[in-house]
Amino acid sequence: MAETVLKINDIHTFYGQIEALKGISLHVDQGEIVTLIGANGAGKSTTLRTISGLLAPRTGSIEFMGEVISGMPVHTVTAKGVIQVPEGRRIFPRMTVEENLGMGAFLRTKDPAGVQASMDHVFQLFPRLKERRTQKGGTLSGGEQQMLATGRGLMASPKLLMLDEPSMGLAPVVVEIIFDTIKTLNDQGITILLVEQNAAMALQIADRGYVLETGNVVLEGPGKDLLVNEQVRKTYLGET
Amino acid sequence: MNFTLSYLLEQTINGITLGGLYALVALGYTMVYGILLMINFAHSELFMAGGYVGLGVLKLLADPAIAKGGLSFLAPMQAFFNSGTAGFVALIAVTFLISAIVVGLMGVFIERFAYRPLRHAPRLAPLISAIGVSIFLQNAALLWISSKQLPYSRADGTSFVPAKTAFTVFGVSVSTMQIMIIVTSLLLLAFLDTFVSKTRIGKAMRATSQDREAAGLMGVNINSVIALAFFIGPALGAVAGVFNGMYYGSVKFNMGFIPGIKSFTAAVIGGIGNLRGAMLGGFLLGIIESLASGFISNAYRDVIAFIVLILVLVFRPGGLLGEAVAEKV
Repeated sequence: MAETVLKINDIHTFYGQIEALKGISLHVDQGEIVTLIGANGAGKSTTLRTISGLLAPRTGSIEFMGEVISGMPVHTVTAKGVIQVPEGRRIFPRMTVEENLGMGAFLRTKDPAGVQASMDHVFQLFPRLKERRTQKGGTLSGGEQQMLATGRGLMASPKLLMLDEPSMGLAPVVVEIIFDTIKTLNDQGITILLVEQNAAMALQIADRGYVLETGNVVLEGPGKDLLVNEQVRKTYLGET
Repeated sequence: MNFTLSYLLEQTINGITLGGLYALVALGYTMVYGILLMINFAHSELFMAGGYVGLGVLKLLADPAIAKGGLSFLAPMQAFFNSGTAGFVALIAVTFLISAIVVGLMGVFIERFAYRPLRHAPRLAPLISAIGVSIFLQNAALLWISSKQLPYSRADGTSFVPAKTAFTVFGVSVSTMQIMIIVTSLLLLAFLDTFVSKTRIGKAMRATSQDREAAGLMGVNINSVIALAFFIGPALGAVAGVFNGMYYGSVKFNMGFIPGIKSFTAAVIGGIGNLRGAMLGGFLLGIIESLASGFISNAYRDVIAFIVLILVLVFRPGGLLGEAVAEKV
């Protein structure tokens, strides 16, 4: 069995008085694509934000490669190789495409050759970004911004890449490109934790999935199994 | 009143000098606003503190009365700083360096204890805290130093920077002091501009001001970046404060108020949050004010300055170089 990269034990995260995560436990193994699916407000993004250190869990622990990372500030978690591509892209609008990618490699100061290789890799995955590398991030289309946000995440040379709603607001054609890229990256050996509302597409490419509902994991299993699970089909795939 | 060309030139040079000071102070407002979306009302008091620290350093290093008054170990050092061009240049350099560092550290300290605890509070809270810091600093200077206007000179009345004419163009004499202010402010502005656009830390600052959370996800230590902004801004403000003392010949505990408001106006005119905007706004406001006081009436200089502000806000609400960016939700 593959080595466990990420292990979350019973985390509870609060927004003020509101308990957004009511005891989430999950794990991600080396080389997997794991997806979290669920309705709005189920706690998918909160889970990712808690892993990356943007939020601190009140109780419970998060281990990355055997080391407890819960409670660490976000830049320290990033330095460990846990990279989050945030919901809504969040690219730097007044920086060029190249500068945005450069920010992704902010901590790789001792590895200029590696950074250049990553940049080449990103441009190979998304030739569109190469064409627009001197353009300001804010002037890109939604799809290009998602490519940029993903590319920026790759520039950090992630050990675990966490994508939060990469298909949100994008045209179906672009969603295809993004999902193809996720699959390609996974084939190249990158471990991926994917949060998606587009449950059907996410489950098709995922090795395993967790179904979240109001801050709890209600169902888990291989992607293929969840895809044919009656409860999932009814609730998340819109079938009757 | 005369409308000769040389008078216009003279007022313009005065305006550029004043504008350089405004620009230096305006950068402090705009940097903090760019990163925290907060107006640091205490910034004008840090400008004042710069004036006081500078005066203290100058007195220690170059006022024989201080050495005679019990600090005799200072005498040999003072002899050097008071002798010749090398001594003068060293004196000025050391004074600015120490003032900038001391006031920069004050800025970092204020952010750490008065603003950071309120980082996640409603936006009004740090604003009120800033007003509190401002009142505190003004009263501290009033109580612990002096309620009077202090001359920016040695005890015997001689100025630290002798009033000399550097050169004369078209019948207009330009003083050494003006040259120093204009050149120093332009150099500092160019330096800051390069720092922010070219260096790794500068890029981290820009990223933080564009999207703080996303910058954190890139591995940028947000607290360090904010602390750095709170060092650089006040340090530049301190340089302006020392210049202000030298140029106008005195410091007073409430000296920060009006230049603070003017510099804030300059930052808004240029587009708050935009560094080049603050520079442009500073020089523009300085020149307009100076021309207004020269050609209309000195009493109307502030009126004109604020009319310019209102006009800019009516026709370009985001400021001259500001972008119309929708509020992030």
